Amino acid sequence: MSRLLPLSARATFAHGVHPAEHKEATHASVIERMRFADTYVLALSQHIGAASKPVVRVGQRVERGQLIAEPVGFVSTALHAPVAGTVAAIEPRPLPAGKSGLCIVVRRDPFDSQRFTDQITSRYPPGDADDLIQRVQHAGIVGFGGAAFPSHVKLSVPEGKRVRDVFLNGCECEPYLTCDHRVMVERPQAVLRGAELVRQQVHAERVYIGVEANKPDAIAALRAHIPALSPIEVVELTVKYPQGAEKMLIDAVVHRRVPAGKLPIEVEAAVQNVATAAAIADLVDLGVPLVERVVTVTGPGIARPANVLVPIGTPLRELLDHCGGLLPTARQVVLGGPMMGLAQKDLDVPVTKGLSGVLALTEPATWLQEQPCIRCGRCLDACPMFLNPQRLALMVRHERTEDLEALHLRDCFECASCSFVCPSNLPLVQLMRVGKGLLRRQQEAA
Amino acid sequence: MNPAPAHLELTTAPHVHAPISTPRVMYEVVAALLPVIAAAAYFFGVTAILMVATGAAVAALTEWAFSDRQGLGTLRDGSALLTGALLALTLPPALPLWMVALGAAVAIALGKLVLGGLGHNLFNPALVGRAFLQAAFPTTMTTWSAPGQGFWHIESATVAPPMLHAAVDVVSAASPLGLVKFEQKTTELLPLVTGNVAGSLGETSAVVLVVVGVVLGLRKVFDWRLPVATLATVVVFSGVLWLFGLSPSPAFMLSSGGLLFGAVFMCTDPVTTPVTAKGAWYFGLGVGVLVVLIRNFGGLPEGVMYSILLMNAATPLLNRVSQPRRLGG
Repeated sequence: MSRLLPLSARATFAHGVHPAEHKEATHASVIERMRFADTYVLALSQHIGAASKPVVRVGQRVERGQLIAEPVGFVSTALHAPVAGTVAAIEPRPLPAGKSGLCIVVRRDPFDSQRFTDQITSRYPPGDADDLIQRVQHAGIVGFGGAAFPSHVKLSVPEGKRVRDVFLNGCECEPYLTCDHRVMVERPQAVLRGAELVRQQVHAERVYIGVEANKPDAIAALRAHIPALSPIEVVELTVKYPQGAEKMLIDAVVHRRVPAGKLPIEVEAAVQNVATAAAIADLVDLGVPLVERVVTVTGPGIARPANVLVPIGTPLRELLDHCGGLLPTARQVVLGGPMMGLAQKDLDVPVTKGLSGVLALTEPATWLQEQPCIRCGRCLDACPMFLNPQRLALMVRHERTEDLEALHLRDCFECASCSFVCPSNLPLVQLMRVGKGLLRRQQEAA
Repeated sequence: MNPAPAHLELTTAPHVHAPISTPRVMYEVVAALLPVIAAAAYFFGVTAILMVATGAAVAALTEWAFSDRQGLGTLRDGSALLTGALLALTLPPALPLWMVALGAAVAIALGKLVLGGLGHNLFNPALVGRAFLQAAFPTTMTTWSAPGQGFWHIESATVAPPMLHAAVDVVSAASPLGLVKFEQKTTELLPLVTGNVAGSLGETSAVVLVVVGVVLGLRKVFDWRLPVATLATVVVFSGVLWLFGLSPSPAFMLSSGGLLFGAVFMCTDPVTTPVTAKGAWYFGLGVGVLVVLIRNFGGLPEGVMYSILLMNAATPLLNRVSQPRRLGG
């Protein structure tokens, strides 16, 4: 409980880095809606787990929020039409990260008012939290933090385990991104309602909402709506990356360390994103499934940075155009934050449920020239998992897979803190990925 | 609708980088040497500047001669310049300039380049150059000229031509550590702190070295654990011996000889010291213990150079035994 001591006013985890925040362009921008696009492209696999199975035919009329694909198995989720219209095609389309996959293409009905019909919301009876797990799954809610892990999976407590504390991640530790920040400022009651729903579902005693100190308005907004004697507490955290990672967040707030290779449940913890909690509240109170999310569009290469409430499936180009389009100086478009996001060349790919931000950058850092490693140890001091990236990189280059195992390469979650601090610009996190590929290949061969 | 720029690039994350680079680290240390050089010039005159310039220039020339000579080559990383300047500052004032040049060439060529260049050497290159000079010219390397002979005073030995047996006709003075070892005389603390004593060019002024070291540490140019561990070990170990009358006082141990210079500029060379945090503590502990042992029980009055070189040799081992324990493991 060091955060109760006057000398360490705020809590955080050990190691990590502090990149320049770059949030000023959008941290005060009120979430705005955008004009509806003509067509929406909904990937059947935009979450972790099995791809959803289409339940509509080409040419079929769909309402806004209507189920168009259902989950297959437990670690899978549903998909809903973001607009009323007709199913134009079910075919492979290009997706982010250079992939392509089966998508349901919905052409918007230009004469529809695009309100949720009573029929849609009645499928999700308001105010009734019974069997939240199944309802969250069938509402298609996934983690908004980036990984898009189906949220209902984290709502179910495995046999023999218990959850003492729920942690809501409001860190938004990636530079540039402000979408979670704005949700906390503009919809604190939804976040808190979601927190309470999650807490009841997993029978937890407490909810900690971890918010970094660079969002004082979010902290104030949440605290203003927490009633006395509530089991919900907002914890102000020192600004540090990657604090939003599950294990880092738990360590920062309650100083409990999840055993290596294990899940948060091992320390009686469950973690959800703040915007995910708000989505769960909307499902229960308003009856709406997940058809839109807040995306931060920012960076020095965009005309008008903004936080936009975007229907899932919106073509990336339409979203950029809503923000005035790319400037001629833009040289890179990144999906997600700058630390872990993926560069994107094809602007026709759709917005997916896991997309937190679109960055238009003018001079990407990875063009810096590589120098010899001077063994300064900065990567060791940065690694939140307490690995030795310097030595791991060497072992990857020599393809020594048994050493990669011994040095716990599998614990690396590719936060890129090592690459960020390396004064010699070694492609450390890329080498970690190469090393994981080596381990995978070895496993397949065996 | 704006057309997308045709030249969108695909690179991998991270897309931002800390405002830091290896050349910048090197040049920050070079900049930190400027006050040290100024102090040396204040006490030992223009000779100090000539020696540092010679060391840096010859080191740079050697680096360039052994590189692919396309443009500046590896000179740009600034490490050769740093090694040359560091070497010069560890040498006695009035050492013939040709010896400085020879030491710098050896430091770069044998201390670094034959091993694969920056990042591949086991031993601190500047100290390799110094150890070479110590072995080749033991008398000249332990002849200290007295400080404060006027700024423009240049010893004839300084500009002596190579290989002629230059008469060592400098106004010599014993270093404080030599006085303790061979004449059982201690030196007052005040001149040791300001630097008005005989000694190598850069090592005499404790106050300058402490200030520079703190600034470099706060700017995170080096791992603060290395100098802190080294100095703390010397204080504790010599303090215990001092209580039994076996060592000069810890304050004297700290402020005399090359300890502060070595702790701030040599123990902090990232290449030749451990990468791990725990390893850094072990390294400093080893250097500190060796310095106290050599100074008090060895044949030499000073042992910082050998202590650091020995711990350089132990660095791969220290790395091996001090691997970090993974989170939750």
